[in-house]
Amino acid sequence: MTRQEILDLYFMDARAKAIDLAAFLDRVERADGPADFRLDALRTALDELQKNGPERARRVLLAFSDPTTEPIAKAPGKGACGAFNPQPST
Amino acid sequence: MRYIEPHAHMVSRVTDDYVAMVTAGCAAVCEPAFWAGFDRSSAQGFFDYFSQLTEHEPKRAAKFGLPHFTWLCINPKEAEDVALADDVIALIPQFLTKANVLGIGEIGLNKNTRNELAVLEKHIALAVEHDQLILVHTPHLEDKLKGTRLIVDLLKGHSGVKPGRVIIDHVEEHTVEIVLNAGFWAGVTLYPESKCTPARAIDIFENFGRENIWLNCACDWGVSDPLAVPKTALEMRKRGHSAETIDALIYQNPLRFLSQCAKFKL
Repeated sequence: MTRQEILDLYFMDARAKAIDLAAFLDRVERADGPADFRLDALRTALDELQKNGPERARRVLLAFSDPTTEPIAKAPGKGACGAFNPQPST
Repeated sequence: MRYIEPHAHMVSRVTDDYVAMVTAGCAAVCEPAFWAGFDRSSAQGFFDYFSQLTEHEPKRAAKFGLPHFTWLCINPKEAEDVALADDVIALIPQFLTKANVLGIGEIGLNKNTRNELAVLEKHIALAVEHDQLILVHTPHLEDKLKGTRLIVDLLKGHSGVKPGRVIIDHVEEHTVEIVLNAGFWAGVTLYPESKCTPARAIDIFENFGRENIWLNCACDWGVSDPLAVPKTALEMRKRGHSAETIDALIYQNPLRFLSQCAKFKL
């Protein structure tokens, strides 16, 4: 596909997602509360969007990923929350 | 259009989903054993589940003209209890001769714990001992990268594992090369939020390899779409992919992998 064709196919979808993301950040900032590792990870991911070069999707995924390599002793639960917490409570 | 749905948890779906899938061109559905959304209280619960997967669900699918196949294991979300896992793994061999059982799956990791790894190792040994295909689940979200590395290292360290007979599922842009470069097959799962969209799945297909890769919907009891594969085929058409290329990805590729099990016949 040409760049024009890709823009024609996907621009409106990307635009809508960008606005949704902006509105989400506005919503978070309007609310009171402590800092949160998920928001930190999201800001790191957003920084990756602004950098030149390929593999933005991969770099964004890495921004949310657990960078450690050793298996852990015990599962803290069953679910995943979407971002690695570098300082879990216990 | 024709396609194979290589990963769908049909016990969680309604008959309307069977109708929709067959209408869209589904030629076969494969159902790995997985977490029910709650923990079973005993190994007997798994015996009943394996009976459902090997006896009841194939009959339900057959009412809609759809061949149904399955994979057996204790899923990683319940693998933290090693004693339970041992009891469940001991149940599996008696089911391996059932007509619709393709192999061991979906085994893997959830939170990347030592116990999960120990149970994964036992599943791999079971598969090798019985010459079974292997379907691997990689962890969700922030745990996927680490889990994929641990899984690939464990599989590569087992001399009896043939990478071409192993599919590692739920890859994304940061894990697909780890899987393909090690010689394994890669599965791309189409989920509305937590995995790949159709557009991203096609990006992966276009950028990382067209041979040893398949698409699946992994529809279950959560937010998921049993028609995600044919909808992705429509997206491929929008991008100008030919009917032959689409057929290769959504029909020929899964057919090639699954036909390594003699029981997979359409």
